[in-house]
This record gives sequence, structure tokens and C-alpha cells, in this order.
Amino acid sequence: MSEVRVCVLRIEGTNCEDEMAEAFRMCGAAPEKVHLNQMSGKAPPELRRSIEDYDILALPGGFSAGDYVRAGAIFGARIKSSMGRQLRDFVDSEKPVFGVCNGFQILVELGLLPAAKETMEPSPTAALYNNDSGRFECRPTILRNDSRGRCRLVSQVPSGRTLAIPSAHAEGRLLGMDEDFADRLEDNDQVVFRYVGPEGEKAGYPWNPNGSKSDIAGICNPAGNVLGMMPHPERVMTRFTHADWTRGYTSEDGDGKEIIMSVVKAVKS
Amino acid sequence: MTVVDVRIELKKGVADPEGSNTKKTLESLGFKGIDSVRTVKVFEITLDAPAEEAKKHAEEMCRQLLANPVIQKYSVVVR
Repeated sequence: MSEVRVCVLRIEGTNCEDEMAEAFRMCGAAPEKVHLNQMSGKAPPELRRSIEDYDILALPGGFSAGDYVRAGAIFGARIKSSMGRQLRDFVDSEKPVFGVCNGFQILVELGLLPAAKETMEPSPTAALYNNDSGRFECRPTILRNDSRGRCRLVSQVPSGRTLAIPSAHAEGRLLGMDEDFADRLEDNDQVVFRYVGPEGEKAGYPWNPNGSKSDIAGICNPAGNVLGMMPHPERVMTRFTHADWTRGYTSEDGDGKEIIMSVVKAVKS
Repeated sequence: MTVVDVRIELKKGVADPEGSNTKKTLESLGFKGIDSVRTVKVFEITLDAPAEEAKKHAEEMCRQLLANPVIQKYSVVVR
């Protein structure tokens, strides 16, 4: 397969683009950090880029536009206004879109997740709202892959496997329009990751750091090519940033590598 | 010029950690009889449009950016 080109999209306030790009590089892909202005023609000609030139779109974490209005709302609106149509085509062509933390919030504000009715809903149909604890939660979390096969971005993670991936966010509680929201996501196989305890069991706070309904940590769209998750796989690419690296953890790779590798493998050759 | 106040508030039933935390702190300072504290955001938007039109514009702004209908509701008042 030829080189997998990854667009790591950023604006002011994005702050996880370096490790996101590095994570893709460690998985054999060719990442490029691209400012949104490079997509909207506001940059000098030699710096202009187009989303069609990439195989993967990655939205990194951070505090884009200072989290003004709502986390991810400004970045989402600016993506919509400057490259909305191209992004819709990108998603419709089944190319992978991957959002972490603020990136997940952006995907929700953009209407790309959960996107039950159309590729990009005209207004958000979910929200990532303030953590139940009322504060920023930065702590180790454990995720279980609960996807039953719909999400193409977790193909290298065995079903039911648990991964230690850290969380760091203030707004991670997934809410929908009604009470059945989480059940519908589950029925539709859109729940990809759930927060669990150390034995893989259902566990409340702090293992679920935000109080998300049904312990949901990551979801995909109905087509399975857009994945958003709150925890940060790009922060655990080697054993040295694994939460238990001094306590008997033996693998050379960190748990996050399985996820990033899956995103790279989701590119259709 | 028309000035509109766009008020964004949480829908009923959506927890307001900032509000409840503030309430707790106010009580710790000795303020008594506080029933509830809710956080509300107001955008003051000045538009070059007559009142009626300004209101319509502001409502569209709420739909496209200022409010997430899952957790928030909005109201627009022309000054």
C-alpha cells in the first residue's frame, strides 16, 4: 500500500497535534499538521491544502478557540463554513475521520456524530457536557472495546479487549435528546468504547470520569468510518507512558498503539 | 443599529455543576435562603438591521452556533 496521508487539523488553542502526528508516524503513516486556514484559502498558495489530498482526517485534543461558546463549537462551525461540503464528501467516500477529546467534541458539534439520520446533521444531535464531578478530570481510565464490528477504526483491537488509555477533560459526558439515546446507539452498534474498572467490570466514578450514560467513552457513525473518543490513545504509544509501566507491564508498545494502528488500517487500499 | 440580547440557558433537567458549586460556595460565605443558582450566558449582539429582522438573524445564529439543542434553549430579546 502506498503512503497513508493523515491530515492533523488544528486552529488556535489545539494543543495535542504534535503527539497525534507522532502517533500516526509511529504507525507508519505520513501525518501533516494542517491549520484550518490552509484549507480555506486564507494561506499563501504554497501552503494551501485540500482535504481530498489526504486519506485520514484526525482532529486532535486541546481547547480550540478557547472552548468559547461550547467546547468544540467554534472549530466545528469554522470547519463547516470553510470546508463543510468537502468534509461531507470525505466522510461519504468512507475515509476515516478520528477525533480525540476536543476532537470528539468537535465531531459532535459538527453533526458528524452520532449522525443517525444523515452524514452531517444540520445541528448537533448530541452533546458532550460538563463532567458530573463539575471539574476537569485527568486520570488513568480503562476502555473496553464494545464494538460488534461496525466501527472500521478499531479492527486491530480484539472485541472485549480492555486498554489503559488516559482521560483529561472537563466536558466528556455524552448526552442525547432523550432517555433512549444510549440504547439506540447500542442497538445500532455505534458504541465503540466504554469505561470499565480494572477487571473489565462496570464501575462508576472515577473509572467513568464524567458520568457518561452507559459509561460511553467513544462512538462511531452508522457507516463506521467516523470515530470520536474522549480518552487519549496518542498519549500511550510506548510502554513508558502506560499507567502501569513500572508495575509489571511488559509490552514494548503502549495500549494506544492498537487504536492508532487500526485507524491507519481503516484506509482502503 | 439594533441590539439584541441572546440568552442561552440549560434545559430543564440538565445538571448545572457551575451553578450548584456556586450555590455551595455562597452558602459557605454565610448567605442564607438561596433556593438555587443557575448559570446563564448572554450574548449582546449589535446588528445593522431593523428589529424584526435582527431577531430572526439572532435566532438563526442560535441554531447554527450559539445553542446546542440537546442541552440548551435560547431566547432573543430586542432592546
